[in-house]
Amino acid sequence: MNRIDRKFQSLKAAGKAAFMPYLSAGDPDLETTEKLIRALEAAGADILELGIPFSDPVADGPTIQAASQRALAGGVTLEKIFALVRRVREKSQLPINLMSYYNPIYHYGLEQFVEKMVEVGADGLIVPDLSLEEAHPLKELTVSRDLKLISFIAPTSSSARQKRIAGQADGFIYLVSLTGVTGARQQVNDNLGRMITEIRSYTGLPVCVGLAWRLRSRPARAPAWLTGSSSAARSSKKSTAAKGKVIWLTRRPFL
Amino acid sequence: MLPDSTGHYGEFGGKYIPEVLMGAIEELEACYEEVRHDGDFHRELSCYLLDYVGRKSPLYFARRLSQDLGRGKIYLKREDLNHTGSHKINNTLGQVLMAKRMAKKRIIAETGAGQHGVATATAAALFGLECEIFMGEEDIKRQALNVFRMKILGSKVTPVKSGSKTLKDAMNEALRNWATTVENTFYVIGSVAGPHPYPLMVRDFQSVIGREAREQILEKEGRLPDTLIACVGGGSNAMGLFHPFYEDKEVRFIGVEAAGDGISSGRHSASLSAGEKGVLHGSLSYILQNDDGQILEAHSLAAGLDYPGVGPEHCFYKDSGRAVYENVTDNEALVGFQKLSELEGIIPALESAHALGYLYKNRERFREDEIIIVNLSGRGDKDAVTAARILRGEEVSL
Repeated sequence: MNRIDRKFQSLKAAGKAAFMPYLSAGDPDLETTEKLIRALEAAGADILELGIPFSDPVADGPTIQAASQRALAGGVTLEKIFALVRRVREKSQLPINLMSYYNPIYHYGLEQFVEKMVEVGADGLIVPDLSLEEAHPLKELTVSRDLKLISFIAPTSSSARQKRIAGQADGFIYLVSLTGVTGARQQVNDNLGRMITEIRSYTGLPVCVGLAWRLRSRPARAPAWLTGSSSAARSSKKSTAAKGKVIWLTRRPFL
Repeated sequence: MLPDSTGHYGEFGGKYIPEVLMGAIEELEACYEEVRHDGDFHRELSCYLLDYVGRKSPLYFARRLSQDLGRGKIYLKREDLNHTGSHKINNTLGQVLMAKRMAKKRIIAETGAGQHGVATATAAALFGLECEIFMGEEDIKRQALNVFRMKILGSKVTPVKSGSKTLKDAMNEALRNWATTVENTFYVIGSVAGPHPYPLMVRDFQSVIGREAREQILEKEGRLPDTLIACVGGGSNAMGLFHPFYEDKEVRFIGVEAAGDGISSGRHSASLSAGEKGVLHGSLSYILQNDDGQILEAHSLAAGLDYPGVGPEHCFYKDSGRAVYENVTDNEALVGFQKLSELEGIIPALESAHALGYLYKNRERFREDEIIIVNLSGRGDKDAVTAARILRGEEVSL
């Protein structure tokens, strides 16, 4: 069984929500990313979303744009990120979703990318610019290798669309909490509860709420929550500063 | 007939965009399906094209240029004479009329050379809509005249500071803004790029160029042309000229990309000539990218060609052999710029000058009696400062 499914099963049995933090791989360098992953796991992260930096992240706000640029300037590559996942996997069963825009995956080769994920021990793939309409070739490959290709639902998705997306979704539903790009905001969408209820009428999969959290603004009703820019901002300083944040993170109980 | 029902041209095109924008894309598709076959919409658009833009644009026989070249009869499709100075207005009027029909209050657009930005700001002013134009900081510097024009027209010009600070980054920022404001905002894309249905819509709105040219050449020469030549950045002026001749298999299409400092220098914008398949800004096409699938910065003296991708239908034309795509360097384009200015009294945009530069670079490839239509997609006022600096060593400030 895929580690993501297994994690949600045990969380459900324990009546707990999932905490799914995001890190931009290689920001400011991969050694720091590796330390942050271990610290997040120790601090209670249930699933990790590991961002593969891209030159043109159209779904991301300034925080993750800047993190991606720092990582690319630092020389991070796909192969180095795969090697990082392999190192983490040697000592940990933390489920790992890779977040990548579609072009790096397409350029690597869909089949090669999926095989590499299996080889290094990644569990799922989040592709923010891959719509339901274009997902079929990649989806076929992830399903055949028991990997999760995560589907998005947005506040602007019509009910008909939500139904179609939910009907083919795998692992969990990534519910985009606000219309916009990633980045910390003070407000939380008031309709979140209603949206979660609607999605739950289409699928039994866990619904994870992402985009635009500040760390303390976790809504009580969200069954799982992701946090990207907040954790990226915390790891964005030089590595010494990042180490300080690791301590901060490890001291903070999330669940 | 391409694209197919899912917005693909063979394997190219499609809708590679975040889910948050899919609702707007579905709405846009539905609206376009409606207006495509709506006589009232087309009558209204035609009225504006006639009385406001000044269409049809002349098809001008460039006698002295043809003589100087020593080969071919060169006709220029004078899109530079349109209101706002380029072909871009054909498309922005069509899209802003759609925005009006969809009751959107706000218009956004990306721009490179500023021609599309000016044409969008113009259409927004004409219909009383709020307008914000995203433009790379680098382009704001080299196209100052167009920045002033957009501001005078009442638009907000937002500088984009990320990446190469040119067209690609302006489009990233426009997409991000659209994701945040999608409920009341219409995004006017300026080229035959972006997610479906944009490449189709822009092609259809720009096809007025080729439809007119076809009629005009039949009237003047009594036969179809042998060759069509147009510059290709994203590819809207080229597609507008080519598409109505698609079924005329004897008519040869040549798209001219910007080779910048030369293809081998790595500093160029020739996605079709030197790119690989990939996904950028919503569609699968040929793009400039490195071994890790990261998008490369494009380079061209012509800001409007300075883009690392190209419209999906051009990719289909390339792979199916319907069109050939060649490239000329900045310096070769400047030859075209000077020749047309001095021989015909027409200052072309640096973008269009690439098509003319191609003629001079390859004159031996043309027969003496060959009928050639070159799309003169824009006028060169905006490039006067750049040209004065490079060709005459003079620093001019606006």
